[in-house]
Order: sequence, then structure tokens, then C-alpha cells
Amino acid sequence: MSTTTTAVLVPLLPFLGAVAGLLTGRRAPGFVRPLAVLPTLAAAVLAAVVAWRQGGGDAIDAAGRLTPTGSVPIDLALHLDGFAVLVALLVGVVATCVQLYSTAYLRDDPRYPSYAALVSLFTAAMLLVVYSGDLMVLLVGWEIMGICSYFLVGHYWETEAARSASLKAFLVTKLGDVPFLIGILALAADAGTFRINGILTAVTSGGIDHPTLIALLLLAGVAGKSAQFPLHTWLPDAMAGPTPVSALIHAATMVAAGVYFVARLLPLFAASTAALVVLAVMAAVTMVGSGLAALAQDDIKRVLAYSTVGQLGYMTGALAVGDRDAAVFHLVSHGAFKALLFLGAGVIIHAAGTNSLAAMARTGGLAKRIPDAYWTMTVALLALAAIPPFSGFFSKEAVLGAAEHAASGDAKGIPGAAGWLVLAAGLLTALLTAAYATRLWLMAFRGTGPEAADHGKQPAAMNTVLWILFVPTLALGLAAWKLPDWFDGGSLTPTLTTSVLSTGCALAGAIVMYAAWRRTAALAARTPLGAVAADPDAAPYVSEEESIATHEAAYGDIAAAPDPADPGRALLGPLHRHAAAGFHLDAVYSALFVRPTRAAARLARFLDREVVETYVRGTAGAPRLLGEAVRRAQTGNVQTYLSALFAGAVVLAVAAVLVANGA
Amino acid sequence: MHLVYPAVLAALLFCTGLYGVLARRNAILVLMSVELMLNAVNLNLVAFDVWLRDELHAGQALTLFTIAIAAAEIGIGLAIVLQVHRNRGTADVDRLRDLRDDAPDAGSDTERADREEKAEAAA
Repeated sequence: MSTTTTAVLVPLLPFLGAVAGLLTGRRAPGFVRPLAVLPTLAAAVLAAVVAWRQGGGDAIDAAGRLTPTGSVPIDLALHLDGFAVLVALLVGVVATCVQLYSTAYLRDDPRYPSYAALVSLFTAAMLLVVYSGDLMVLLVGWEIMGICSYFLVGHYWETEAARSASLKAFLVTKLGDVPFLIGILALAADAGTFRINGILTAVTSGGIDHPTLIALLLLAGVAGKSAQFPLHTWLPDAMAGPTPVSALIHAATMVAAGVYFVARLLPLFAASTAALVVLAVMAAVTMVGSGLAALAQDDIKRVLAYSTVGQLGYMTGALAVGDRDAAVFHLVSHGAFKALLFLGAGVIIHAAGTNSLAAMARTGGLAKRIPDAYWTMTVALLALAAIPPFSGFFSKEAVLGAAEHAASGDAKGIPGAAGWLVLAAGLLTALLTAAYATRLWLMAFRGTGPEAADHGKQPAAMNTVLWILFVPTLALGLAAWKLPDWFDGGSLTPTLTTSVLSTGCALAGAIVMYAAWRRTAALAARTPLGAVAADPDAAPYVSEEESIATHEAAYGDIAAAPDPADPGRALLGPLHRHAAAGFHLDAVYSALFVRPTRAAARLARFLDREVVETYVRGTAGAPRLLGEAVRRAQTGNVQTYLSALFAGAVVLAVAAVLVANGA
Repeated sequence: MHLVYPAVLAALLFCTGLYGVLARRNAILVLMSVELMLNAVNLNLVAFDVWLRDELHAGQALTLFTIAIAAAEIGIGLAIVLQVHRNRGTADVDRLRDLRDDAPDAGSDTERADREEKAEAAA
């Protein structure tokens, strides 16, 4: 089998699995689990084969004309370079892990067949985006991911939070997708092709007339998909979906699509200084804001969601300084450890019976109950906080090194201001990241109080997956020496200055958080708080669904809890209230978009009901009045009719005679 | 005889008949007035037939035709009037107004509701 055929099979297998799962899910429940796991696993293996065969050599291109459109043709094109094959491998591995984990996590869920099929479809769409060499085909995968995300986030649709979160995720990403589509069409109009290779050739030969405009339009879509400020608000709310979905969609794949897209088209963005500066500002605001917001969240998954937003900020920051090697390196290592963190969080939520950190801080012995999740998550949090020698350290160093490189003016065509901005924000975020990672670890695993309810041993499928993902979390850093062969060839190894600076920042953040926790932890015993939904016998998803549904009722807010023992609250001080609400961006959107839309809807309703309908009623009323008048004549008296007939005949006769006589 | 005499007589007869048809209240008198109008026409036919000296005497033939039709018509008409009188106890044309279109609010509410229901079911 040639490499091209193998690569075609990679997105095709999960797609066929999804179709088969949707068709047979009801009638043949026994096939649902194999149909969910096996195609995805096969796709992961094939992706590994493709990656091995491609081997970081020259890009492999294959294309078939899909349809002649009359103007710009659309091709079914594959483009396999080092970036594509490695990201596809990551997607395949994480998707397989998620499917395996879901078999146990959603064990008794009646909607499991459609859930598994949608996850497969989602995986297929992401693989299509990764391998595609044509922007239109890429857009197809991009939009399928959007709709799958809508269905999967809304999986617990009995819960109000899940319903509104899925709608919000769909609408906000669509808000970015509209300019994205316009940008793609404008780009194709300028370049004369949808093929990425052709576009990049046009960029180098200066064939793009409006690079800034196009880059900004495309950035809107990227910001929506990759949850960058100001379109990031959907991602924390999307945590109302099941945990494996969060791991797949909101850590490793869908949000990575935006970053991957910019990485593919980086020369286009680099052609416009303004776009790079916008990207840098976006990344800096996203990084720092999400770091502060993560410190104030009470829901363990929302902490991780904001951390995802922040880590994606690192990736866009790396792109803003023109280093896609570092961005994709961080994407891969982050995908691995963030998927591990989310899946571990699912285990914690099941064992603790709550998703609230405040309640976990009042539960003792959680670490003993779930040793696998405890050890793997500890390492994953260390990787997130970029502590050497774990994978996150190396990839984050690559980003900061690239920013430092640009700041010192060594990078050609990259504004130094963007470099400084990303470097400063990156160092500040390193501190914040370490702080919230420490907070999460301390509150989840170092709680004191009554023992957690015994849930027995966690399902083997869930624990195995954690250990599978543990391997790249631990060791992917070593790839820093090998990856440049696959990518553009720039150095990804840590430099001394940034390593010392960022590790120092991370350690400082962790130590400050630890000190604050030592001071506040004693308060926990004095202020009882928390609602625990312990379902030792039910499938793990039941605990999660219940805790999502009850968080607002139990703690007064979907995101925060009034917990004086929270070290994050002590450190943030008056900022805590705003950080918990995501700096009121939702309120701003409500004032800017929701309320004007509602007012416009009311106006339209008024115009329709009062103005348009008046005309309609008027047109009906006039014939009715005329009818009333004519009805009078219909008396039932035949003689009256005849009289009228006769009179008419006389009048006609007189008229005819007059006309005939030429009057 | 000059043509003007039968012509004027026929016109007078026709007008009398017309007046009777339009103004009489008794159905039988209305039918008689119709006969008057028919006979006015017959008179005209005969008079013009003579005055034109028609070889085929089409006017006279048509007159016989009209008389036959008038006889049939009066037979059926009288039978209808008889039946109406038997059913209603009156042959007054003014009171036979079943074909009158009632104003919609004249009908009772239940009747109208019934009608609307039927309209909905049909839709």
C-alpha cells in the first residue's frame, strides 16, 4: 500500500466507523464498542505508518480534481509534511485513548452509540483538516468539527448548562467562521487556487494583493476555533460536556486546528506585519487573562479549560514571532499532557463525586483512592507548569526561545515588539500557570476532612489510558533534538537564559501558591462547604452529570465557589470576583450583541405584528366592506332582481342606440 | 290596416305584462302577466308576418310555436305555484325569500361555530 493510500485511509476509517455506528447502534448494541474503538485505533496505527514512511523528508503531495467550478477549482488534495504527519499521529493517539476511556466512562449511557459515532466523525474531520492540501476540503473538516462539537458538548442535554454551552460553542465559533470563509475566498481570488502549495507560492512571489486584510479575516476564524481572546468564551463553558469530550475536543484536536491552520499558512501571515502584531497582542491578552481566570475557577475542568486557552496562547504567540516549529511542538506536547489531565480529572470527579475544588479540599484521602490518576496527573501538572525535565518544559522553552530570538531582532521580518510582548506575557503566564497547577494539585489531592466514598477500583480502561498518555507527557521533551528534522529545521532545544527565567517564574508561582495554601487550608475545616453526589455503583459519567447540574445551585455560581480556604482567592484579592467571571467578557458580549439583537427582534416583532399585519388586515377588510354593501342587494325577492335586470337592459339599449347613431 | 295599430297594442300589452311581472305579488298573476308579454310578442309576429308578406309565413309558424311553449310553461308554472301554496300556505312572491343572503351576524353563534369547525376539518 502506497503512502498516499494509507494517508487516505486515515481520515476515512473513523468516518466509516461513525457511519456504521450511527446506522447499527440501535439494532446491534454489541458492535457499538468495537465500531467505536477499532477504526480509530486503526487510523492511529496507519497515521504512525504514514509518519514513519514520510520520515520528515520532502512533503508528499497527491491531488485529484474534485470538481471544475468554472473559476477556482477544488481539489481533493493531500499534503503530507512533517507537521501534518506528526499532528495526525497525535490526533489518532488521543482519539483512540478517548474512545477507550469512553467505553468505561459512559458505560451505561443510553446515548453511548451516537456519542461514540460522533467522536469518530469528529476524529475523521480533524484528520481531514490535518492532511488536507486544499483550503475548501480543509473547511469541510473544519465545519464538521464545529457541528460535532455542538452535539458532544450538549451530550448531557437534560442539564440547562450543557444546552446553553453547546449553543454558545456553536454560535461563537460560527461568529469566527464567517470572516474565515470570506478570508478563504478572498485568498483564493488573489492566488487563483485553493491549494495550499499554490497559495504559498503566490505569497513568495508577491501575488497576494491584500495580505493584511486576508490574514485578519482568517485570524477571526482561528480565534474562534482555537479559543483565543476575544472569542475564547465558549471553551470554559463547554466543560459542561462529558470529560472525554473535553479531552478530545477542547485539549488535543479541535482547538489545535486553528493553530495548525496558521502554522500551515504562516508565510501568508508573516507577509503582513500588522497581522503578526495582532496575533501577538491576541496571544498575550489570552495568556495572561486565562492564567488569572484559571486561578479563580472552582470547577476542576474549568481550571483546565482556562489552562488550555492559555497554552493555546503560547502557540499563537510562537506563530506571532514566526516560529511554527515551536508552535507545533507545543501543540503536540500540550495535546498529550492536557488530554491526560482531562481524563485524570474525569477519574477524580468520579471518585470525589463532585467537580468542585472547594469540596475536594474538604475530602481526605482522595489520592489514596485513585493512585493511578494521582501519579499521572502529578506529572502532567508538572509538565503543564513547565518544570524540567517533563515535555511541557521543552516545548514551552522552544516558544519562549523563539520569542526571545524575535525580541532581540534576530528573526527576519518579525517586528521586535511582537517578540517582546510574547516574551513578557509568556514569562508572566509561566508564573500564573505554575500557580494554578499547584492550586489544583493541592486542593484536589491534599484535602483534609472526611474520607471520600469508596468507589472500588477505577475501570481498567480508564487507568490504562492514563498510563498510555503518561509516556509522551514524560518523555516527549527528548524530541526537541529530533523534531527539527521533521519541521523547518530551526533549533527547538532550550536556551539557558529563557530556561532559567521561566523555570524561576514557575517555581516562584508554585512556592507563592504553596505558601498561600498553607495559610488558608486551615480555614477549610471551619467553613463547611460542598455538595457531593456519590454514586459508587453507577457509571462514572453519572457523578459528573449530577455535579454539573448542581454546581450553580450548591455554590451560587457556575464557575466559582464562596470558599475562604481557596488560596487562589487569597492571592487574587479583589481581582478574584472578576477573574471568576472571566473578566465579565460574557457580560460585555451580552451588552454588545445579545441585548441589541433582542431589541432588534422586538422591533421586528412590532413591525410585523403592528405594521405589516395592519396592511394585511386592511386588504382583507376592504373587500369585506364591499361585500357587505353588495349583500344588501341580495334580498331573495325575484321581482327586485328582474327590475334591476330590466333597468340594466334599458340602459344598455339606450347606450347602444346612442352609440349606433354616432352620438 | 296600418301596422301602427297592432304594434302599439302589442307594446301596451307588453308593458302591462312587464308591470305585472315586476309588481304583482300573487304568483298566479305574475304567470298571467308573463302570458300577456308572450302574447304581445305573438301579436307582433303575426302583424309583421302580414306586413312583410312573407312567402313562408315564418311569423305565423313561430307564433304557433310560442303558443305551444307558453301552454307548457303555464302548466309547469301553475303546478309549481300549487306546490308552493300547498307547502307554505301562500303564493305571495314577496314572502318567498329563501334565497336571501343573510348577514353573517344574523345566524346564531352555535351555527356559526359549527360552520367554522367544518371549515377547519375540511382544511
